[in-house]
Amino acid sequence: MTRISLKVDGQNVSDDVEPRTLLVHYLREQLGKTGTVIGCDTSNCGACTVHLDGRSVKSCNVLAVQADGSEVTTIEGLSANGRLHPVQEAFRECHGLQCGYCTPGMIMQSVDLLQENPHPTEEEIRLGLEGNLCRCTGYHNIVKAVQYAADNGGGDK
Amino acid sequence: MTALEEHPATPAAEIGRDRRRKEDQRLITGRTRWTDNIVLPGMLHLAMVRSPFAHAKIVSIDTAAAAEAPNVVAVITGRDVAEEQGGLPNAWPITPDQVTPVHPPIAVDRATFAGEVVAVVAARTAAEARDAAELVDVEYEELPAALDLRAAVEEGAVLAHPDLGTNKSALWVFDSGTAGTGGDVEEAITKARADGGIVLEREYRQQRLIPAFMEPRSVVVDPTGEQITMWSATQIPHILRFLLAAVTGVAESKVRVIAPDVGGGFGGKLQSTPEEFITFLLARRLGKPVKYTETRSESLVAGHHGRDQWQKLTLAATADGTVTGLKVELLADLGSYVALVGGGVPVLGAFMFNAIYKIPAYHFACQTVLTNKTWTDAYRGAGRPEATFGIERIMDELAAEVGVDPLAIREKNWITHEEFPFTTVAGLTYDSGNYEAATARAKEMFGYDELRAEQAKRRESNDPVQLGIGISTFTEMCGLAPSRVLGSLDYGAGGWEHASVRMLATGKVEVVTGASPHGQGHETAFSQIVADRLGVPFEDVEVLHGDTQIAHRGLDTYGSRSLVVGGEAVVRAADKVIEKAKVVAAHLLEASADDLEFSGGRFSVRGTDQGVSIAEVALATFAAHNLPDGLEPSLDSDATYDPVNFSFPHGTHLCAIEVDTETGALSMRKYVACDDIGTVINPLIVAGQVHGGLVQGIAQALWEEAVYDEAGTLVSGSFVDYLLPTAADTITFDIDHTITPATSNTLGTKGVGEAGTIASTPAVVNAVVDAVRHLGVHDIQMPCTPERVWKAINGASAHTPTVEAAVPHFEGGEQ
Repeated sequence: MTRISLKVDGQNVSDDVEPRTLLVHYLREQLGKTGTVIGCDTSNCGACTVHLDGRSVKSCNVLAVQADGSEVTTIEGLSANGRLHPVQEAFRECHGLQCGYCTPGMIMQSVDLLQENPHPTEEEIRLGLEGNLCRCTGYHNIVKAVQYAADNGGGDK
Repeated sequence: MTALEEHPATPAAEIGRDRRRKEDQRLITGRTRWTDNIVLPGMLHLAMVRSPFAHAKIVSIDTAAAAEAPNVVAVITGRDVAEEQGGLPNAWPITPDQVTPVHPPIAVDRATFAGEVVAVVAARTAAEARDAAELVDVEYEELPAALDLRAAVEEGAVLAHPDLGTNKSALWVFDSGTAGTGGDVEEAITKARADGGIVLEREYRQQRLIPAFMEPRSVVVDPTGEQITMWSATQIPHILRFLLAAVTGVAESKVRVIAPDVGGGFGGKLQSTPEEFITFLLARRLGKPVKYTETRSESLVAGHHGRDQWQKLTLAATADGTVTGLKVELLADLGSYVALVGGGVPVLGAFMFNAIYKIPAYHFACQTVLTNKTWTDAYRGAGRPEATFGIERIMDELAAEVGVDPLAIREKNWITHEEFPFTTVAGLTYDSGNYEAATARAKEMFGYDELRAEQAKRRESNDPVQLGIGISTFTEMCGLAPSRVLGSLDYGAGGWEHASVRMLATGKVEVVTGASPHGQGHETAFSQIVADRLGVPFEDVEVLHGDTQIAHRGLDTYGSRSLVVGGEAVVRAADKVIEKAKVVAAHLLEASADDLEFSGGRFSVRGTDQGVSIAEVALATFAAHNLPDGLEPSLDSDATYDPVNFSFPHGTHLCAIEVDTETGALSMRKYVACDDIGTVINPLIVAGQVHGGLVQGIAQALWEEAVYDEAGTLVSGSFVDYLLPTAADTITFDIDHTITPATSNTLGTKGVGEAGTIASTPAVVNAVVDAVRHLGVHDIQMPCTPERVWKAINGASAHTPTVEAAVPHFEGGEQ
């Protein structure tokens, strides 16, 4: 067991973890952050995407010990003071989700994409979301949601 | 004749409105209840030991090392539970003599596909269970495996189940001559040959697909209450409860099944799975809550697959392209077991091969076949995409043969709007539709004539990038299903749906539905319907579902049935509430019920300003201080609706694809869909269903295939190799609707869940073939990979089997 200390969704947490523990398992099983989900075992689907020190990562592809001393934001910590993040609002407004399973990862990736490129073209959005799979929406409304968010302050820090 | 609604009447505020979904607030903030999120005190976790062989005798299983591993509670083999585990059910034996292998949840003597469970470990954590599963030592004796669908039906074929003596499970036949719905197809073919008509013979491959819902299947069973509770990522909590009781002998009343948040299904969660039965069994044995969550690799190898047919089509027509007969001979791969719906999936296609066309003579025969592969069952569209593909592909072939535009050949043969209701050669009565209108609108959106002109120009100039235009004028049968029809087909259940509408004292409304959503937006759409019906605010309606103790009756969600069947049950229950409330309102207003009218949620006495709202009536009923003598103090009402007919959505889809003739690379340029799904409750949700459906159908045409190697191993067994399209692979779609309301239900809805998937696959393949037809190509096997396209252009066979992952996500070495 290894002791790690980090900040998750604004709270300081500290736990003993097995060295092999993946960040996503740590979030879900030890912290109860079940908003972040697991969709595959090959890091293709992106359902588990969170922010590690402000950049998107697939949390199945990061060991919990690698997050020691870092700051992690999950879908559960994205809205602040009871207000949805503009990207969350955009996904609802544009019907960018159906079953909602890919949604946490898709939103976290979209936030990252807009931070890097506040006014992306459709092609840039599509390429930026290439690492996140969705089986319900055909991506049509997800792309629209990111465009909507870009037009409504989604890329602002 | 069915009239086209130019501007659909909107008598009420909610139906037709693009309400944002009620479901979304939780889903976008991560406040979700997926089955895998559930944690219970003392809960144990399962890991499965799965056969690496497609077909093998289980010689011995040594569990000693696994049982000694830390925190392992139990290790179970099939032999250990052989007497109590029962067999997984097939609800639709398609013929009385269907050959149906016994399907034990844990294999006992023999593993029949790579991925079958042979042993189970229960431990305190999922990681410990998986570690211990590695220690289970299984000695196998590999057996020859039946892996090729066509070879499996030949004389002397390797047998998937040697004890059964055959791979042929059932032969299901429909003949319009015998049924009295049409003529004799052999006569039609003979006549066409003799009279200088056209006879086309084509063979199409429906490759094997994997539903690949995003949420892996998960199940939790808690045996510690009076009822055994199962949470499962399922589309069918009610059917599952019935089956658990029927198979295990536990009283149905002692079983509660809950489908909490379910992350997609697409037919893939329309199953009662070995893993559900195993988890149920172990929870009962161990007396503790037990959870099993599959990995994605397990999901791809063991969750049921879809499609997998060879289709042999013979189409007879007169020289001018008037179809005179259609003969369909199918081979359908069941995998190694007959799944819940199993052979019923291709049988559903029997009613759809004739599609929107007036075909005088029709013969359909489907041979279902057992092989040593993963079992197959429903995948979005279930039988209807396969049929639509076959007929829409061969109609293009007919157009090429006659030398006319593919739309002209369709127009020559389709049912015109004046001819509805129309009884087809397959015996179904299409109630409404207007193929002309949907096609005209699609052509206009597409810029059909301009694109045809561009295509001609590119052909003339011998442009290396050729343009293809693909057409699919599809219909489907939805709203599964009239119980009597299901009975006549030997399906093991009915097709009704149940709803309750409950008026709470505060004026809020609870709607209980037996449909069980997993992403479709029932809560929003049903709220809109009830808000209109009862005249209450949209926000005041709460839709409850997916728990057999709350929604005690139901037949769940599949086959585009929720709105068409379940929605009608909701309407009828709401109408009963109004009838009951009217009696109370009349009493409160001291008026005759006959003098009351109900509008906008208010009962008023005709010709006066006196009135009372339904919320006030609900409160008065709750208090029950002042009700008519003998009146039951409740407005709550139930309705169970059994449809009298299917509904028949239709539409015209047009697809433009650019083909690089030098490389075989494809690029989709434009996709237009004009669907007629009857009345639209929520256009936002409808658009979402169409978009998602389109991409699943397009993916069959271009990317997806479950590929097995010669040893029977699924080589596309991870998301690295099974190509789910990404945002970068897809385009933005142009969709619209024409509306001819269904006549079979009050709201006029037809269903939209499967339309996009059913229509798009042939539209795309027709476009690819159309781009290179002038180069002598008349078919390319799906998925139409650049390699196959290039081979077809260069005169090689485009029907070579896929030997590796069809189109892997990453090129070798770039991972």
